[in-house]
Amino acid sequence: MKIKKNIAISDSGFIFNPSTGESFTVNPIGVEIITLLKEDKVKEDIKKQILDKYQTEDIVFEKDYYDFVGMLNHYHLAETNEEEES
Amino acid sequence: MQFAWSYKTNYLNAVCNIFHQEGSWAEVVSGFEYDKAIDNGVAGSKIIFNGPNKSEEDLKKAIKNDSLIHIDHLEELYSLIFLAEELKKRPKVAIRVNMDTGIYPMWDRFGFNYENGQAWDALNKIMISKKLDLVGLHCHIGTFMLSPNAYAIAAFKLTDLAINIEKKYSHYIKYIDLGGGFASKNTLKGSFLPGIDTNPSIDEYAEVISSALINSALNPEHLPTLILESGRALIDDAGYLLGSVIANKRLSAGKRATILDFGVNLLFTSFWYEHKITPAQEFTHYSEDTVLYGPLCMNIDVIRENINLPLLNKGDQVVAHCVGAYNVTQWMQFITLRPKIVLIDLDEKVHIIKDNETNQTMVSLEKLPEHLKKIDLK
Repeated sequence: MKIKKNIAISDSGFIFNPSTGESFTVNPIGVEIITLLKEDKVKEDIKKQILDKYQTEDIVFEKDYYDFVGMLNHYHLAETNEEEES
Repeated sequence: MQFAWSYKTNYLNAVCNIFHQEGSWAEVVSGFEYDKAIDNGVAGSKIIFNGPNKSEEDLKKAIKNDSLIHIDHLEELYSLIFLAEELKKRPKVAIRVNMDTGIYPMWDRFGFNYENGQAWDALNKIMISKKLDLVGLHCHIGTFMLSPNAYAIAAFKLTDLAINIEKKYSHYIKYIDLGGGFASKNTLKGSFLPGIDTNPSIDEYAEVISSALINSALNPEHLPTLILESGRALIDDAGYLLGSVIANKRLSAGKRATILDFGVNLLFTSFWYEHKITPAQEFTHYSEDTVLYGPLCMNIDVIRENINLPLLNKGDQVVAHCVGAYNVTQWMQFITLRPKIVLIDLDEKVHIIKDNETNQTMVSLEKLPEHLKKIDLK
């Protein structure tokens, strides 16, 4: 999955979607994951990076990543397949 | 001043006996509760018998034990006159009076109405019958009363009846029972501010009630005893329910949902309170609006429709606060078994006061017809 190109993210976790005017806040891990997604990293790369850096388990990452990505999709912050293809 | 422990609020024997040890009489609303109070060692003369459903057997028992019978309707009044003749004993009675205290909804389904004269009519019937010993006047104006002044109005109206009885029959009422209904620190659903910040304190209720009685036209030489049937205000804040997280999920609109291992089956009061729920271990300072569901396979099983909680993980433990009133008497045995209850005493010693239910507890009263005992499922 990819974050839409026009989404602005600050280091403090403030996210702004200029096409809708909506803003969101995420915690520091959220900033890290969004930044990696913006760098077009795939899930396996992100997982390796997070597991190397933090004392956590595979299953915990899976659950939280799935939940987080679900929220990004829900709030239309991720590119849909059609947008990715075009 | 005399307290009478409201059995229906929490009739675990250990809880009842704490209040009896402190001097509370018993206030019961059914034959089952009446027998419980007797089994707990309460003298019959210290049991107040309320409620609309007292069987003839219940009434006979209460008359023989000199209990204080609070009459709810005329059928009961006539039954008591009949039983007094049959048993050759004068039952000790009061009537329950309902009235307008400025509170909506007005509870007028129990007892006799003050404003339309039903209550005065019933009192005259009692006095003229000469078969019953009119010892008190009772009211119970509502539940979770957030306006202390309503009790002042109730006290005024009951004293008015007492004074009229005194004038007409030269008979002094021994007690005025203002019932219960005092709020705990819980938060009612729909409240803007938490109950702990806004609900009246016991001092506020005491102030208006004592002022109303002292300033009434009652003869100070014959002041009746004030009885209060406090339940919730004395036990709600002392009860906690411990549970744990079963799972988290996202709802269709993206809202976080957490499923707990207790639901409305154990926490019946979550139908009308926004119970305070707190995590029981260290937690992240990141929080999110969450809906808390119970474990039942029923759509109505919602503990909190919206609560801001730190992100909890499977297995994390939580505490539900202020659950001491009306849960262990109204909880449901639905699809699962109810847990044990422990009491922590003043020395922090833990006592089991009710054991876990087992499958055997639930099936022990069932009976299986002979032709259903053997099944052959192929």
